[in-house]
Amino acid sequence: MAHVQFDRVSKSYPGGHHALTDLSFELAKGEMAFLTGHSGAGKSTLLKLIMLMEKASKGEVLIDGVNLARVSNSQIPYHRRRVGVVFQNHQLLFDRSVFENVALPLRISGYTSRDLERRVRAALDKVGLLSKEKQNPIELSGGEQQRVGIARAVVNKPSLILADEPTGNLDPKLSSEIMGLFEQFNAVGVSVLVASHDLPLINRMGYRVIGLSNGRFAGERAAGVVAGGDRG
Amino acid sequence: MALDSLKRLLAQPGSSLMTWLVLAIALSLPMTLYVSLENVKQLSRNWDQTSQISVYLKKGVLERFANEMTQEIATWPNVSSAAYIGPDQALKEFSASTGLSDVIFGLADNPLPGVISVIPRLANQDENTLEQLQIKLQEQRHVESVQLDLMWVKRLYQFMELGQRLVWALAALLGLAVLLIIGNTIRLSIESRRDEIRVVKLVGGTDAFVRRPFLYTGLWFGLGGGLIAWILLSAGLYWLSGPVEQLISLYGSEFTLQGLGFVDSLLLIFDGVVLGWLGAWLAVSRHLSRIEP
Repeated sequence: MAHVQFDRVSKSYPGGHHALTDLSFELAKGEMAFLTGHSGAGKSTLLKLIMLMEKASKGEVLIDGVNLARVSNSQIPYHRRRVGVVFQNHQLLFDRSVFENVALPLRISGYTSRDLERRVRAALDKVGLLSKEKQNPIELSGGEQQRVGIARAVVNKPSLILADEPTGNLDPKLSSEIMGLFEQFNAVGVSVLVASHDLPLINRMGYRVIGLSNGRFAGERAAGVVAGGDRG
Repeated sequence: MALDSLKRLLAQPGSSLMTWLVLAIALSLPMTLYVSLENVKQLSRNWDQTSQISVYLKKGVLERFANEMTQEIATWPNVSSAAYIGPDQALKEFSASTGLSDVIFGLADNPLPGVISVIPRLANQDENTLEQLQIKLQEQRHVESVQLDLMWVKRLYQFMELGQRLVWALAALLGLAVLLIIGNTIRLSIESRRDEIRVVKLVGGTDAFVRRPFLYTGLWFGLGGGLIAWILLSAGLYWLSGPVEQLISLYGSEFTLQGLGFVDSLLLIFDGVVLGWLGAWLAVSRHLSRIEP
């Protein structure tokens, strides 16, 4: 079964702006793929639909076979807990430590302290920030902040990770480190969908690429085809 | 979670204290009026004990009849005591108290009637009892007129009735003020934590999870306000009790200023807590849903 399935999805806003038009694609379970296109092409909208931050105007979005149109408002939080998200501006809270930032999804889910500590440390260890758990995220570099954001996204052990321009502000070396983390999660069976316009990096990595243009499907390149193919 | 909210309040001691004080003042005002009213009630109860009915007898009633009548009246269930003051004695007292003895000696005969002074027994200071007693006395033989200065008692009761309504009106208004103050404080707190709320909702926080810290904050505000109001009131009463009791003792009345009872104190603090929680709940339900990731 597809993990993420868009079936002729359109999203338009009250002003008449069409963010997505008649979009269909699938992301298989355990697959890693990139979503690319110029800014305003609809990448963020697509991710927002999966997170139920927006609802599709037309068509169906299915996650694990569940039609998101049928998820009630009170069920939205539980849906979000099953999806890890990473943002370009990482959305960290600067009034608490790195540890507490990562612990937030667990506290929300009602984890007990010992279990919580263990899982937070495991997540921080995975992104290489175990030694900085007591610091405030504001003291960290941009790349480190992004890794805290990733630790927070994976601490709940989601089966699907979404990332919106996770390397937007980072230099090439840090960017490939971040992408390397996503590859590691994917290697243990997590489905990963990364929106990015960092084409050189995407091309080097050789994963499947889905192109968007003006909210429409603009072609895709299968995994394993290296640079120079359909740029989407 | 509750402690986190308290720590957050204490992290900004200045503004939190200001809010607490405003709440305390709003809570203590109606309570002050209530306590004053309770004291006036107690005071008037004392006055009822000393309020007396003067029964003026017809002229020429024999002292023997008058004494018999006095003894009979004294046995009535709602009469505490009755005493006969003959015309001669009344004249003596009158001349002594007014200093008009020269004028009175000049009178051909004693113009004063005999009077039975009746002190009613009032288990509950019901003005009807007094009136019934008055009517019954009026119906007795030899009685010319019965004088009960009920007007001031009636007025007092009316004033107290008015006072009681004033307490309720004030309590309602200031209760509303407390709700608005807490609602506004919580609204500001929600605004300042907008980012946090968005992130919490984004990583799967339920509405209840997002709401909870703000409800606790309201609770703490209410509890603090209630406690400070209680301290203000107790201190104020302590400060006033000396002069008030001295003043009352000048009127020959035994009176102790009543403070806040245990139940009243609990009620005051409980009201604060309930209003705090309610104010927070109103603010949260209005403003929280507007913050969506």
